[in-house]
Amino acid sequence: MDKPLLELTGITKRFGATLALNDVRLDLRAGEVLALMGENGAGKSTLMKILAGNIQRDAGSILIDGQPVEIRSPRDARAQGIAIIHQELNTVPAMTVAENLSLGQEPRNRFGVLDRGRVLRDAREKLARIHADIDPTRPLGSLGIGMQQMVEIARAVSENARVLVLDEPTAALSRAEAQELYAVVNRMRAEGVGLIYISHRMEEVWQLADRITVFRDGGYVGTGTRAEMSEADVVRMMVGRSIGDLYRHEPRTPGNVVLDVKDIEATGLGPASFQVRAGEVVSMSGLVGSGRTELARLIFGADRRSGGAVQVNGRPSNPADPSKAIADGLAMVPEDRKGQGLFLDHSVERNISISSLDQFVSGEVVRDGAVRKSVLEQMERLRLRKNAIDLPTRALSGGNQQKAALARWLLRDSPVMILDEPTRGVDIGAKREIYELIDALARAGKAILVISSDLPEAIGIADRVLVVRGGKIVKELQADEASEENVMRYAVGAGANHQTSNPGTQP
Amino acid sequence: MNASPEPVAEAAAKQSNQFDFAWWWDRVGILMVLILLVVLMSIFAPNFNRVDNLLNIARSISVNAILAAGLTFVILTGGIDLSVGSIVAVSGVVAVIAAIAGVPAPVAVVIGMAVGGACGLVNGVLTAYLALAPFIVTLGTMTFLRGLAYTITNGQPIVSSDLNFKDLGNGYLLGIPVPVIAMVAVFLVAWFVLERTRYGRHVYAVGGNAQAARLAGVQVNRIILSVYVVAGICAGLAGVIFAARVISAQPTAGTGYELDAIAAVVLGGTSLVGGRGRIVGTLIGAVILGVLTTGLILLNVQFFTQLLIKGVVIILAVAIDSLKQRPELLSVLFGRGQGPSKG
Repeated sequence: MDKPLLELTGITKRFGATLALNDVRLDLRAGEVLALMGENGAGKSTLMKILAGNIQRDAGSILIDGQPVEIRSPRDARAQGIAIIHQELNTVPAMTVAENLSLGQEPRNRFGVLDRGRVLRDAREKLARIHADIDPTRPLGSLGIGMQQMVEIARAVSENARVLVLDEPTAALSRAEAQELYAVVNRMRAEGVGLIYISHRMEEVWQLADRITVFRDGGYVGTGTRAEMSEADVVRMMVGRSIGDLYRHEPRTPGNVVLDVKDIEATGLGPASFQVRAGEVVSMSGLVGSGRTELARLIFGADRRSGGAVQVNGRPSNPADPSKAIADGLAMVPEDRKGQGLFLDHSVERNISISSLDQFVSGEVVRDGAVRKSVLEQMERLRLRKNAIDLPTRALSGGNQQKAALARWLLRDSPVMILDEPTRGVDIGAKREIYELIDALARAGKAILVISSDLPEAIGIADRVLVVRGGKIVKELQADEASEENVMRYAVGAGANHQTSNPGTQP
Repeated sequence: MNASPEPVAEAAAKQSNQFDFAWWWDRVGILMVLILLVVLMSIFAPNFNRVDNLLNIARSISVNAILAAGLTFVILTGGIDLSVGSIVAVSGVVAVIAAIAGVPAPVAVVIGMAVGGACGLVNGVLTAYLALAPFIVTLGTMTFLRGLAYTITNGQPIVSSDLNFKDLGNGYLLGIPVPVIAMVAVFLVAWFVLERTRYGRHVYAVGGNAQAARLAGVQVNRIILSVYVVAGICAGLAGVIFAARVISAQPTAGTGYELDAIAAVVLGGTSLVGGRGRIVGTLIGAVILGVLTTGLILLNVQFFTQLLIKGVVIILAVAIDSLKQRPELLSVLFGRGQGPSKG
């Protein structure tokens, strides 16, 4: 084929000590769809941010039509004809479709006043170009997510985008909406636009892509045409690495069922059923947005469920509120440590003791001495230095903050612990300590449910792996039969397009 | 003050200037301001130092200080209550009417406080369970309750020269004005509740991070509801004291007091965002405002000028408070300039 439209070579990007991108490359031709695939954290989004001008690369070059270009800001990217449709839409819901389409370049009449007639005419024209049947006078927020996405695409096209990046565009779409999107993608390809399509869904990649490029751990793995690759090849390229001895543990012997979840559901979630036994670590694996966290929140009473039943040690637990769930013996360390887990301005002592104060009050009065003593015991157990007890939690490192979040539930001594991404943003040393802690807790008879996007971790620390997709548990694997390849296969629904499965709606 | 600070301390201060400043200001900053103010007043204002004058100051600040104590609970959760001034009027009016109707003094006082608590309950339910913005809710109840006070009294003060609870405003116990004793009692209870009880820790937790508090098992809505009730009860007590002091029910009582109370809380270092602050600071803040008012009167400063000075003091205090979080402040300013940055 001829000269590529866009060529990225040797792109490297470092964030502090982490190498987010290491010498990656990618080339895109006019009139093709290139699927960019990789696990969470493979570096896809980072590369797209560089392309969009949101962040700057440390090394490497960007060529458009063979000419090197510099993209220092989103404005530069637009000027080069690069448009990116992010997962979170970049539009104003309260304004009409037409107003959104003219945002930042509002036409004015000769009195310098907004020319409403032209805004509307332009909008109709822009929507017609992608054959989107949308009434431009409607408020954008009144449209479904799919339609809103179309409006963004129409805006990109109207800016004469030659390179269009779609970052997981169907993650929030219904099946019908996704079909419409595919039609638009196909039309744009026919018009000679180069499309980079980021997706975790095998099915749609196989339907749309001409070529596939795979990244792993910030590095380039390979590129091939759809014809020369199989789904199995792609999955292997995405995960292919060995599990270190970081996760190795002696076999544990599970006891009685402690957490028994039956058919819990909510809008777009479930029904999901599973059990966790005493002394067992079960991990929930699945892609971001698959509904793992949401299922955990249903169990913990953080969100309301529409049906199903949960039992803890044989007693029903149907909490309307996390405080009830905690009383029933559940504990949850949320994924968003800073936003939902910790009180960053408050002391470590306050953070650790907050959920156990009922054990330390006489009447309503907190017995400070007893609290302090018990908090220090837990800090010692987690190897947090003692003199941190009065520091604001904000002053701790990511790993130590996570330890403080864990210590809260160690102090409470809850029989069921749900740990959502327990090692995210934590350095390798603290990671190992957290794994050891999870193992020790299981051995002490706790039932532990771990949610992890890190596949080797999800498999390595668990006795069983539950694979979640589309808010449902699609597969349960024993530790010895769980490999990264087959977990990933179920997580992305590979092979599912040959059967009649449900890749459709997502929460 | 000292010209030659220790080099080590200086280096440390340079290294973590921000943190040190915040640390010092949180602990002693506002107290220093008060001491400075008292020293200046004793030098320049005649008779400022006399015991009877100081007791007068204490009595004059008691109503505002009690309002501010209740408001501290609300502001610690990140909320606001603009209706406390109007609650002063309604509860005072109801208590006086009850007393005139022959209700014994202690019962009339309790009725007044209960009326305040009920008003707070309305604020709390609307804020916590309907998730309405407290600023708007209490702006509404502020207007409504003022209207209620006018309606009940037909717009006229109800004077009762033999009001059975008038000692609450005018009496002395062991030489100390009763309102001052009430104020001290309120602050002792508030201090105990906020510093020593589980409830107090939950109040701080809700203000520090409401989502985290919920996931940690704090019943966030209940806490939010309760702090408005606390503010209402305090405002009810303040209303009864005010009525006792003027020996009448005034529908205009407490007009604008909510702003003085907020000023006292903020002067005392409690963050309007919630989660940070101390009840002791609120007391100091109220005292500063009282000393300033009385001192300026003793100095024969014109009323108009007094307002100018008080306004400047409040803005200075808030400016210093936000200076403590200068990084955030700056990022807000810049963030607006560049539009949403994609993380």
